[in-house]
Amino acid sequence: MPRLLAKGRNRLGDIGEFSLHPILSTVLQRLGLGVLTLFFVSVIIFSAIEFLPGDFTQAVLGQAATEDTVAAFRRELGLDQPAYIRYFDWIGSVATGDLGQSFSGRAASGVDRSRSVAELIAPRLANTLFLAAMTAVIAVPLALALGITAALWRGSIYDRTVNAVTLSTISMPEFLVAYLLILFLASLNPIFPSLANISADTPFWERVYRCALPALTLTLVIVAHMMRMTRAAIINLLASPYIEMARLKGLSPRTVILRHALPNAWAPIANVVAFNLAYLVVGVVVVEVVFVYPGVGQLMVDSVTSRDIPVVQACALIFAATYILLNLIADIISIATNPRLLHPR
Amino acid sequence: MSDAPDTYSAKDEVGQVLTRRSRRERAWIELKKAPLTAWFGMIVIAVYVLVAVFAPLIAPYGEAEVFPQPYAPWSGEFLLGTDQIGRDIFSRLIYGARNTIGIAIMTTFLAFLVGGGLGLAAAISRGWVDQIISRAVDVLMAIPSLIFALMLLSIFGSSVWSLVVIIALLDSTRVFRLTRAVAMNVVVMEYVEAARLRGEGLGWIMRREILPNIMPPLVAEFGLRFCFVFLTIAALSFLGVGIQPPTADWGSMVRENASLIQFAQYDLKAGITPLLPAGAIALLTVAVNFVVDWFLIKTSGLRDEH
Repeated sequence: MPRLLAKGRNRLGDIGEFSLHPILSTVLQRLGLGVLTLFFVSVIIFSAIEFLPGDFTQAVLGQAATEDTVAAFRRELGLDQPAYIRYFDWIGSVATGDLGQSFSGRAASGVDRSRSVAELIAPRLANTLFLAAMTAVIAVPLALALGITAALWRGSIYDRTVNAVTLSTISMPEFLVAYLLILFLASLNPIFPSLANISADTPFWERVYRCALPALTLTLVIVAHMMRMTRAAIINLLASPYIEMARLKGLSPRTVILRHALPNAWAPIANVVAFNLAYLVVGVVVVEVVFVYPGVGQLMVDSVTSRDIPVVQACALIFAATYILLNLIADIISIATNPRLLHPR
Repeated sequence: MSDAPDTYSAKDEVGQVLTRRSRRERAWIELKKAPLTAWFGMIVIAVYVLVAVFAPLIAPYGEAEVFPQPYAPWSGEFLLGTDQIGRDIFSRLIYGARNTIGIAIMTTFLAFLVGGGLGLAAAISRGWVDQIISRAVDVLMAIPSLIFALMLLSIFGSSVWSLVVIIALLDSTRVFRLTRAVAMNVVVMEYVEAARLRGEGLGWIMRREILPNIMPPLVAEFGLRFCFVFLTIAALSFLGVGIQPPTADWGSMVRENASLIQFAQYDLKAGITPLLPAGAIALLTVAVNFVVDWFLIKTSGLRDEH
């Protein structure tokens, strides 16, 4: 990685008299890579429709579809045009918020009651973001606190307990955690509702109450990962010679951690947080299905079952873009807080 | 001890030390030193394998045998009750071991075949082959694998074979990264150079020169990869797009019986029934993790403490 950074600095940073701050050039390089990745991912997701068997129009419209209806449907999808033109059409309309029309609700007679994908996704996206934000607000501080304290008191009973608990949570599939919580907190002791059905006009605190179990499930799953990774990152750091030096010259543990360890720890911690928020993107799918939560994940699973490709494509694009964006942000944070880049020689 | 001291000879003892221990003896000595967690893991895995292999002999009823009473309680006749259409849950759990573990192992093997092969090829040939494969893998890894798998399943439909191929391809990207990374360190060795100079082909160098030297991390990765594959397949089946009924599978069994949880207040046994297959998944994952941990410490002296 350092070699890559150095290369980037030479290439972008010192072109003639025009010289950029090394951080800016590395960040720009990373942004460029992110955009490139996003482009390739969108091509992959777009080409999903290319792999469909030739007679999929009949599967969508029904066996009784007339030739005219099939032809009209193919024209609507643009299948009479070459693939690269369709790709640019598609990506252009995605950029303006038009995600196409769903496959469901189409009849053989040519009557088209399909809904636009954007209309299907918009309210659900808000719900999913709400759940993810709620989880992140609880999980991130909790995991960081647990990870740092476990690293500080390494080998203590506290450390070993936290480790054992998190290891067993990691090994469980998400749905087991979810059903255990339902069993204990909804069925045996009816504290929280086991179904998280919310609608657009549910008041805020009612929403929080109904989302308690799904958010708790996601929290348990990602706190385990995040805490272990934070602990490993800190332990890795505390073993470096300059920390030992700081300790040996008699600084208090607090100063050692806050002034010497933390500046170098931001990068790994940012990575850990972003990685786990990205993991949340995947976990949310299963958890939404368990709690029948009206989010994008559940929509995607339903659309996979009914093979509603435009909706699946849109959901995949949203999830993948979030994932890439989070990783990109982590990269940029770790670059922007890197002391070696902040104070170039 | 009745012999006089001057008859003592060290020959017997020395002779014993000099005989080389057989492979089995050495394995047994290592095993005896294994920690409790590793033993626990190995025993659990052995039990699972036995159950999976001898499923038809152990299970009291058939995999898809339907009885007239759905949601029957736990009893002598139906050890863990029956499910929503009256199939014996205990029998389905046993057959589920066979199906779920079998499919996961098959997928992991395929992932290693593809990812490991490409990783070795990339490490040996370098240059543009390495560049092309590595960049392609970068792009594939930019999409969360569960999301990617869902998208591919919606195109190709949910059958066991498409499931195996899709998950194997997605996981082979991770195997590729690891294999390439560890093989890179071995490729630069003199003996590989020597093999290349005496004109050995790509296949020979892969199999005879590099593979034996990167085995330990790959074996450990096989265990971890198996856990991931196993959990992914369980999650997909739970979502209803993985292994399809009537094949017994732990993920879909959780989904089918999930509504029983609501009755936990009245009948605790019924309430925990849907958790049993999920627990079976978790137990195997923990067991494999324990064994892999021990193996990693054994082969590389790797510990997280410095």
